[in-house]
Amino acid sequence: MEIAFYLAALVAIVATFRVITHTNAVHALLYLIISLMAVAVVFYSLGAPFAAALEVIVYAGAIMVLFVFVVMMLNLGSQTAHQERHWLAPRIWIGPSIMAALLLAVLVFSFWHGGGLGTISGEELSAKEVGTQMFGPYLLAVELAAMLLLAALIAASHIGRNDDPQLERDMNEAVQRAPAGNDEGGQA
Amino acid sequence: MSWMSTDVLLAIVAGVLKAIVILLAAVLSGAFLTVIERRLLGLWQDRYGPNRVGMFGSAQLIADMIKIFFKEDWIPPFADRKLFVLAPAIAFASLLLSFLIIPITPTWGVADLNIGILFFFAMAGINVYAVLFGGYASANKYALIGAMRASAQTLSYEVFMGLSLMGIVVMTGSFNMRDIVNGQEGLWYIVPQFFGFLTFLIAGVAVTHRAPFDQPEAEQEIADGYHVEYSSMKFGMFFIGEYVGIVLVSALLTTLFMGGWHGPLLPPIVWFLLKTSFFVMLFILARAALPRPRYDRVMQFGWKFCLPLTLINLLVTGVVVLLTT
Repeated sequence: MEIAFYLAALVAIVATFRVITHTNAVHALLYLIISLMAVAVVFYSLGAPFAAALEVIVYAGAIMVLFVFVVMMLNLGSQTAHQERHWLAPRIWIGPSIMAALLLAVLVFSFWHGGGLGTISGEELSAKEVGTQMFGPYLLAVELAAMLLLAALIAASHIGRNDDPQLERDMNEAVQRAPAGNDEGGQA
Repeated sequence: MSWMSTDVLLAIVAGVLKAIVILLAAVLSGAFLTVIERRLLGLWQDRYGPNRVGMFGSAQLIADMIKIFFKEDWIPPFADRKLFVLAPAIAFASLLLSFLIIPITPTWGVADLNIGILFFFAMAGINVYAVLFGGYASANKYALIGAMRASAQTLSYEVFMGLSLMGIVVMTGSFNMRDIVNGQEGLWYIVPQFFGFLTFLIAGVAVTHRAPFDQPEAEQEIADGYHVEYSSMKFGMFFIGEYVGIVLVSALLTTLFMGGWHGPLLPPIVWFLLKTSFFVMLFILARAALPRPRYDRVMQFGWKFCLPLTLINLLVTGVVVLLTT
């Protein structure tokens, strides 16, 4: 299980690195999907198959589809690849990278000396256990997340609402006309 | 090493062999379906299907294979090569992988996963990318429109496809497919979960892009949609992938709602095959009998009718299970 963990973690890191460095947006998203699936394998190797399945279903299977969808709609051409390459100049990323490397060093140091961390045992946590935890001690977090999602839903439906009565009438007319035309075509 | 004894080795070899047999059976049944479908459509529409090659047209598949293999494998110069090649592989592999959770008989089956059904949902989610990347990489307006329709349709229908099966999960108390089949020994889940069955059937048809939910590839309006630029075996993989999807959804319907291998007198494998072929026929009959609805109505039907129905079904199932235990 440890080998699986380290292999998947390596894939996740390399794929995420390519997400940042790739100049083609859709190819970068493809790497992001691979990264998410590698994270799912990491969860699996840690003994959380339920979290692994949800990671693939929700992130790779639904959210990333919408990302790809939007990028497809934007129709980015070759000039964006040039722009991306320009943004990858060392003077832009070197500062944040040094700071992130410092944080990583602190983290590695504390892992090295802290001890007391669990090892990968491959012990499995079933969906039922996750459920009882969610609706037991963590009920408040679940409720808050539900509220947040509801707020997002209401906001999306408000933005998508159509207040222009003329436009609505036009659309309704178009909808009503369409099937009639088809029927006549069928009879002819 | 002690655990590598002869018994363990034999068990591993037997398991791998079984998996290979199931894989080949899935691919072959998908391939043969392309011919069987045309023959059945011919029968129902009062005309001959392909009946020239071999006895009653039985060798039509070989003729088709020869034809499709020797066609020029053309990648358009404006296409995104990597994604263009990747898309049919995803289409084929993701659906084929889902077969590993299906328990065929008490002793046959590839894997006995605890997350069972969730694995199928994950693979169905990955399958969307085949269409999306295929449509995007082709750099063709018809392909792009087809890919957009397909991904929007699949995403909407996957939402309640998951919910439609949660009633079963509540009743069984497990995601595991073998537990679900064993839970149906007395009564098949099609009776208590009838609405779950209906919605899963509809979602299954929509997710495999079969008629009447084949707007993504509607020939008349968008010239076959996302695979319009594909030729030769790349198209073949999309094509066979669709039929593998039919077999997969039929096998899932059998396992989840019709008691899997359970049945009187006949051996389990026969029951499983009979039930699965019944659903495959139903898929083909739906294509022969139903016209294609308009795209916006398909989306409205999914969100405004099926989704509330599955939610109510889940709620009622939960209440009943809570009161009886």
